Amino acid sequence: MSTPTTTRHPKLQEHFYNMDQQLEASTLGMWVFLVTEVMFFGGLFMAYIVYRHMYPHAWVEASHELNWQLGGLNTMVLIVSSLTMALAVRAAMLSEKKQQVFYLLTTMALGTVFLVVKFFEYKAKFEHHLVPGPHFNPALEQGMQIFFSLYFMMTGIHAAHMVIGLGIMTYIVINAAKGTYNAEYYGPVEVAGLYWHFVDIVWIFLFPLLYLLGRHGA
Amino acid sequence: MSNEASVHEQSYLGAPHGLASWLLTKDHKRIAILYLISITIFFAVGGTFAAMIRAELVTPQGDLLSSDLYNKVFTLHGVIMIFFFLIPSIPATLGNFLLPIMIGAKDLAFPRINLLSWYIYVIGATVTLAAVFNGGVDTGWTFYTPYSSMSSNTSVTTAALGVFITGFSSILTGFNFIVTLHRMRAPGMTWFRLPLFVWAQYATSLVMILGTPVVAITVLLVAAERALHLGIFDPKIGGDPVLFQHLFWFYSHPAVYIMILPAMGVVSELVAAMSRKQIFGYSFVAFSSLAIAIIGFLVWGHHLFVSSQSIYAGLVFSIITMMVAVPSAVKTFNWTATMYKGAISWESPTFWIFGFMGLFLVGGLTGLFLGAMGLDIHLTDTYFVVAHFHYIMVGGGVMGFLGGLHFWWPKMTGKMYNETAGKIAAMLVFFGFNATFFPQFIVGYMGMPRRYHAYPPEFQFFNVLSSAGAVLLGIGYTMIVIYLIYSLIKGPKAPANPWGATGLEWKIPSPPITHNFSEMPVVTEEAYDYQHAPAPQRGVK
Amino acid sequence: MSSTLPFFPPSASTVASDVDYLYFFILGVSAFFAVLVSVLVLVFAIKYRRNKPEDIGADIHGSLSLELLWTGIPFILAMVMFVWGAQVFFTLSKPPADSMDVFVVGKQWMWKVQHPEGVREINELHVPINRPVRLTMGSEDVIHDFFIPAFRVKMDVVPGKLTTMWFTATKAGEYHIFCAEYCGTKHSGMIGTVTAMEPQDYEAWLAGGRATGSAVQNGERLFSDLSCVTCHKADSTGRGPWLGGVFGSTVTLNDGRKVVADENYLRESIMNPQSKVVQGFQPIMPTFQGMVSEENLLQLIAYVKTLKPAEPAPAPAKK
Repeated sequence: MSTPTTTRHPKLQEHFYNMDQQLEASTLGMWVFLVTEVMFFGGLFMAYIVYRHMYPHAWVEASHELNWQLGGLNTMVLIVSSLTMALAVRAAMLSEKKQQVFYLLTTMALGTVFLVVKFFEYKAKFEHHLVPGPHFNPALEQGMQIFFSLYFMMTGIHAAHMVIGLGIMTYIVINAAKGTYNAEYYGPVEVAGLYWHFVDIVWIFLFPLLYLLGRHGA
Repeated sequence: MSNEASVHEQSYLGAPHGLASWLLTKDHKRIAILYLISITIFFAVGGTFAAMIRAELVTPQGDLLSSDLYNKVFTLHGVIMIFFFLIPSIPATLGNFLLPIMIGAKDLAFPRINLLSWYIYVIGATVTLAAVFNGGVDTGWTFYTPYSSMSSNTSVTTAALGVFITGFSSILTGFNFIVTLHRMRAPGMTWFRLPLFVWAQYATSLVMILGTPVVAITVLLVAAERALHLGIFDPKIGGDPVLFQHLFWFYSHPAVYIMILPAMGVVSELVAAMSRKQIFGYSFVAFSSLAIAIIGFLVWGHHLFVSSQSIYAGLVFSIITMMVAVPSAVKTFNWTATMYKGAISWESPTFWIFGFMGLFLVGGLTGLFLGAMGLDIHLTDTYFVVAHFHYIMVGGGVMGFLGGLHFWWPKMTGKMYNETAGKIAAMLVFFGFNATFFPQFIVGYMGMPRRYHAYPPEFQFFNVLSSAGAVLLGIGYTMIVIYLIYSLIKGPKAPANPWGATGLEWKIPSPPITHNFSEMPVVTEEAYDYQHAPAPQRGVK
Repeated sequence: MSSTLPFFPPSASTVASDVDYLYFFILGVSAFFAVLVSVLVLVFAIKYRRNKPEDIGADIHGSLSLELLWTGIPFILAMVMFVWGAQVFFTLSKPPADSMDVFVVGKQWMWKVQHPEGVREINELHVPINRPVRLTMGSEDVIHDFFIPAFRVKMDVVPGKLTTMWFTATKAGEYHIFCAEYCGTKHSGMIGTVTAMEPQDYEAWLAGGRATGSAVQNGERLFSDLSCVTCHKADSTGRGPWLGGVFGSTVTLNDGRKVVADENYLRESIMNPQSKVVQGFQPIMPTFQGMVSEENLLQLIAYVKTLKPAEPAPAPAKK
């Protein structure tokens, strides 16, 4: 630390004193950012709790309009993508370039599968007039209308996060292919991984809350 | 290498040159200056709207502006002053400039994100201004549903998006400060050696990262209701418009602490420096900031005592509201005690402290009136509330900001301003402010509702007083802009430590070099160690 | 009119003085602390003014006992204010049982008032003094707020639900009504006058007013016009429950929850009937959203309140 000029890693930014400090700062930064994300989704979950309490039956009924098989498939897809993401980070820490690229690409492919499935789900909702707006089925009960409003808001914002995640992954995989990340410098991969896991976890909450209402027992 | 090093050893203001070097800078000090210029512009814009409000209210008939125009004017006054001036005011300018220096760091942890936050602020501001020119917005800065979502036919969606975008600049600032404080402190700079200004910034940052996302999603929902007919707050499909108020105030009450906590931090620094004495009860002042930030998240329902929320919820919010008054009282007593047996210099920063103390006392104490439920029923949505929050946000927040600006101006610019002008401005602002807002307490208790374009004639006397005071206030603020800009051109060069204050920022040249410290500082002393403080490098008048 | 001070509102209701006492108490405490701190700051600033630039203050770091003292005293005072404020609030939120009912509907930008006897007024409210009056309020569009400064009462009027407030006027006279929740262009024009009258004057005023059928009569007419009566039959053979005696009772719902049938429950059952279906009945009632105005709703509720329980014990409805 006392001889910063002689041993500075090329990826060490000027205002940090050493690589450990830089890695700790970026990891903590992502955690703090994820806290803000939790609060962001928190507002929607709050609305969810309030209205589910107000309209318990309408929500069960509306939930039955959703395709739980497709939702379940997407849940599996995301869980596997979290695994491949974790393996990508491990590969970076072990300086395994080929594995890094392979796992990152697999993660991205799974993320894309998720979005494609989501697209077909949305399309079906449009066809059944279950999308708020001018084509909304006016005969729907009030609570159900609110359910679909929140469904599209929550899954839509989640999907937007997935798209951003794919953008980040593209950046990471290009750099990984160039051999940027290794045991000394893998912060960006780790931070991107944290983000990816977070987006997966949000879905793991969304899936039962939206798709599985009143499905137990009966 | 040697060439690069020499750039970093120069004043941050001088090297490198050119507009591009400013617009692409990653230097926290330059970003602070960019913010300072931007918020000054918006303060002027918001102030112009305030002047229009006060001009209209001189007569009771509502004969200067049309009702629709008046409604837009007070909405824009609120939106601009809160989101584009008060919230970024201290954190993004003084905080950005001083926080890394005070803890002995070369920069914030994420310099690029810091610059990004300024650009996001500019984009949000541009979008909001687009709403202004596209017919304005008339919902009040609170955007209450269902008026905002169903009824108003003004540019609500655009304005809401502007606020949504700007929110992220605030989140990024808070996020940067938190990581910086945890990971970038110089050797020896323990948590309990941090200046209290830094503690206050830490508490503020917590509010920023926890609260702002909630208001972001809330205004996004309003925009979605208007654009996509979602209807989450629409009573016609069974939605609850009051839910909006809960979500909105969950952020917007703590947002008041974003405005006042940093000002409290400034005052803690100034009281100690101007008295040349250790702050009284360091840990109590530090922890009271955290207490305010945390308890402040649990009081939002006191905005809803008449909104049909459950009376038991009201009780809980009322008792917690009363509790949040205590840490503010603790701070005030500690500042007063710091002055006891101090060596108080009567220079202009001291005048701003006096102003802050006087106005913040009134602002804080009138909060008790509003926290007491039975009394709030009568007072809420009247001018009493308007007066109360102006005493906190302008009396407290802006006085603190200006005090800090006068105290650190020599450090930031390397120039001294005119002392006499500084004192006169402080007094003008103090008396002008009281003349403007004290009558509003009286007319509020008489029952004058806020956001009224026309009003019954018995309220006129107080409104005329208020408008007259606003003229004084306007002169005071204009004067500050003039003599500070003049100081940049003709002001004498500032020494490194004009006030003889402690703290790392006074150990480096004025203005600082690009990398703040040529060698990593090692901290060995407690904060506010005035027993061993260096002498001021300028005389006491 | 009865205000004698140009800087204080008239106190013309039973709760007004309660609110004022609390106000003066907090004002006194606040003034004490404001003066105390201001004087201390000024005295210290003068007494300990720095003589030489390099002078330093005394080496004092703090005092735990002082900190505890000035944490404890404000805390205790704040709690006193909380308890007192809550007491006044409870008085304000619990209308006496013998209150006279008046219905208020807010819409952009006027107040429509209907008395139980059927007299209607706009932007005016006539009430007798020394008799508790309970306002039941609904909104046609956005949130409004009914505020009578002279009575120290205020309540939001929220679309999608009914809110209530009450007062007992004590002094005859005319007082302001303000809309206190921002509601659009003519928000500041959404004002009116409450006229508090001696009881005999009030009776005379009522008699002189053009009553268009009492609220209950109007409600009864709506009950048959909207065909409510075809399902909600008194002999319990209808597809819906008989509504006699339902107001104020506890109703068991389909899913076993129990709710108290207050005004808001009745309102919700008309506007959004599927959300809380009574046990033993099918969710077949259509919504009346858009078909009945807030005024009609208040009349329907007034009528339902008068219905008597059916004679025999209600048999479980078929299906």
